[in-house]
Amino acid sequence: MPAYWLNLCFKVKQVKKTGEVLVFAEQEDGEVHPVTYELLGKGSELAAKLGVELTSVFLGCGISEKAVELIQYGADKVYLYDSPSLETFDATRYTTNIVELVKETKPEIFLIGATRIGRSLAPRIAAALRTGLTADCVDLNLDKDGNLIQIRPAFSGNIMAQVKTKTRPQMATVRYKVMKANKKVPGRKGTVIKKKVKVVKDTGTKILGKIKSDEVNLAEAEVIVSGGRGLKKPEDFALLKELAAALGGVVGSSRPLVDAGWIGKEHQVGFSGHTVKPRVYIACGISGAPQHLFGMRDSDVIIAINKDPSAPIFNVADYAVIGDLYEILPLMVKQIQKIRSRRKTR
Amino acid sequence: MKPGLKMIVLVKQVPEIEKVRFDYEKGRLDRSSAGAVINPFDLNALEAAVQIKEKTGGEITVLSMGPPQAKEALKDALARGADNAVLLTDVKFAGADTLATSYTLSCAVRKLEPFDLILCGEKTIDGDTAQVGPEVAEFLGIPHVAYVEKILDVNENRVVTRSRMERCYYDIEMRFPSLITVTKDANTPRLPTLRDKIKARKAEITIWSADDLSDIAHEAIFGASNSPTRVAKVYAPLSSKRKAVFIKGTTEEKARQIASLLAELVL
Ligand SMILES: Cc1cc2nc3c(=O)[nH]c(=O)nc-3n(C[C@H](O)[C@H](O)[C@H](O)COP(=O)(O)OP(=O)(O)OC[C@H]3O[C@@H](n4cnc5c(N)ncnc54)[C@H](O)[C@@H]3O)c2cc1C
Ligand SMILES: Nc1ncnc2c1ncn2[C@@H]1O[C@H](COP(=O)(O)O)[C@@H](O)[C@H]1O
Repeated sequence: MPAYWLNLCFKVKQVKKTGEVLVFAEQEDGEVHPVTYELLGKGSELAAKLGVELTSVFLGCGISEKAVELIQYGADKVYLYDSPSLETFDATRYTTNIVELVKETKPEIFLIGATRIGRSLAPRIAAALRTGLTADCVDLNLDKDGNLIQIRPAFSGNIMAQVKTKTRPQMATVRYKVMKANKKVPGRKGTVIKKKVKVVKDTGTKILGKIKSDEVNLAEAEVIVSGGRGLKKPEDFALLKELAAALGGVVGSSRPLVDAGWIGKEHQVGFSGHTVKPRVYIACGISGAPQHLFGMRDSDVIIAINKDPSAPIFNVADYAVIGDLYEILPLMVKQIQKIRSRRKTR
Repeated sequence: MKPGLKMIVLVKQVPEIEKVRFDYEKGRLDRSSAGAVINPFDLNALEAAVQIKEKTGGEITVLSMGPPQAKEALKDALARGADNAVLLTDVKFAGADTLATSYTLSCAVRKLEPFDLILCGEKTIDGDTAQVGPEVAEFLGIPHVAYVEKILDVNENRVVTRSRMERCYYDIEMRFPSLITVTKDANTPRLPTLRDKIKARKAEITIWSADDLSDIAHEAIFGASNSPTRVAKVYAPLSSKRKAVFIKGTTEEKARQIASLLAELVL
C-alpha cells in the first residue's frame, strides 16, 4: 500500500484563532472575476471579527498590477504566483501551489468563488488537505466560538442547510452576487508577497484550444426576460428579445426549450443552467418548477406572466400578471418605448 | 494494444425530487413517498461512457456508495449499457460527507485497478456539491476536467473534451488514467430496451463492505463520524416567502402598470 494512503487523518484540531482568512482571487484571461471582490468584502468582515488578517492567493501570468487592486478591495496581504505555467487554469498546477501555501500559512477560513473554476479547484485542494468543504454557500456567519457557519441550498434548492466544519481550514465556495464587495480604497496599504512558483511540468492535460465565448453572460445581466413552454414556437422568442432590448437586458429560457434546441444552452436558467441574480427577472410562460426557481429565486425583483393563476412561479414573484404572454408582451414593449421617447424629448 | 478502454462510472441513487415532501416547519424531509432514481447527471456520464465504448471497445463498471436499495439504481445502469456493477454498502459508510464519500469511492477504484477513465455527473440533485468527482481524482492522484459539455475525440491513449469555465471554452486533451465530470449538455441518455431491462434484473451486483476495502483503506475515514463537515440545521429557503402583488385590470392596463414599474426600476 502506498504510504500516501496512510497519511490520511481527519482528526479534529484545536480551534485557534491565529490563522488568517484566505480568499482565492480568481482570474480568467487576466480579468479578475468580480466574485473575488465580494469574497474580500465578506472576508474582511470575518477577519475583523476574529481579529486576524485577510489574505488572498492570486495565480496567473503578468497579473502583478491586479494584485494591488486586491489590497484596495480589502486584502492585507496578497500571495502572488506569477508564472507562464499558471496563465490558464489547470486544476493540478493551481492545487499544488495553493496546498503548499495553506500548509505554510495555516488559514482558519479559506473562501473560493462558486464559479466553475472555483468548484473544479476547491474540492481538489480540500481533498489534498483532508479538510471539509461546503459548496455554493449563500451566507456565512460566525458562531460564538468563532467557528464558521456556512449556509447553502440543498435538495435542488428546496431546503437551506447550515453546515459546520471540524477541520481546518474551514473551506467554502461562495455563490456570486450574494456577498457585498467593499468600496475600492485607492492607496490602501498592504503587501504583495511574490511566491516561488512550483512548476508542474506534466499534469497529464494539454490545452489544445481556448475560445473566448461571445455568448450572453446571464450571470452578469441586470435584466433577464425568460421564456418557458408557454411559447408556442422558436420564432416567438422574438417577443422576448424585443422586451429585453427595450430594457437593455438579455433573454433567458427554461430548460425544456433549450433541450428542444429552440435556444442555446447559455440562455438556460436553473439548476442545470445558470444561477442568476439580476435586478429584474421577468418569467414569461414559465410554471416555476423547483429546478427553475433554484436559478432565479434570489433576483431582486421578480415579475411573472402566466395564464394559470395557480402556477407556482407566482409564489416567488413580487408582481404577478395573470394573462396571455402573446397579448401582454407586445403591449408592454409599446408602453416602454413610449416612456423612453417621452423621457428623451424632455 | 489494449483491449479498449476500462471505464468506471460513478453513480448515485437519489430521491425523485418532485416527490419528496419538505416539512418546512420542522426542517425535515420525508422521502418515503418518493421513488429512487439514478442521479440525472450520472445518466449523462453513463451515456458518455457507452458512446466511448461503442467507438473504442472496452468495459464499463458502475460504482456506487449507498444503502442496499441502491442495487436498483445499479441494475438500471446495467440495463443502460454498463457491464459490471459494484455497490459499496455498510453502516460504517453511512452519513458520509463529500470528503469521506470520495475517499471511500477512491478506495474502491483502487481495488478495481487498472482503469483508464472515470466518469461522473456534474453534480447530484440532492447533495448538489459537484465536489465528489474532483475529490476522487485528488485522492487517486490523477488529473480531471470538470463541466465537460462535449467529448470531441477519444482513442485508447487519451480523451479530448470541451468544457466551459466562466468566459471561455477550453478544448483539453487528457491522458489516462483520469477523470471527467459531464454536464447534461454532453449527450441525451438513451432509454433502456425492455430486453435489456429483463436481462439486468437477473444480473449480479458485487457488494463490498468496509471489510472488503480494508486492504486499501483507513477505516477511520468512513462515514458520518469521520466526516469533517456536519449539517447542523436545515430550514426553508427564506426568499420563498415573497408575496406577489397581483396586477389587475384589462390587458392594456396590466401592460401599462408593469411598463411603468419597469421604467422606474431599470430605465
Ligand atoms: C435534474 C433536473 C434539472 C433541471 N434543470 C432545470 C433548469 O436548470 N432550468 C429549468 O428551467 N428547468 C430545469 N428542469 C426542468 C424542470 O423540472 C421543469 O420541467 C421546467 O422548468 C418546466 O419548464 P416550463 O416552466 O417552461 O414549462 P411548463 O412547466 O410546461 O410550464 C409552462 C407554463 O406556461 C404557461 N403558459 C402556457 N401558455 C401561456 C401563454 N400563452 N401565456 C402565459 N403563460 C402561458 C402555463 O400555464 C405553464 O405554467 C430540470 C429537471 C431536472 C429533473
Ligand atoms: N454515493 C455516491 N456513489 C457514487 N458516486 C457518487 C456518490 N456521490 C457522488 N457521486 C458522484 O459524484 C458526482 C458529484 O456528486 P456531488 O458531489 O454529490 O454533487 C455525482 O454526479 C456522481 O457521479
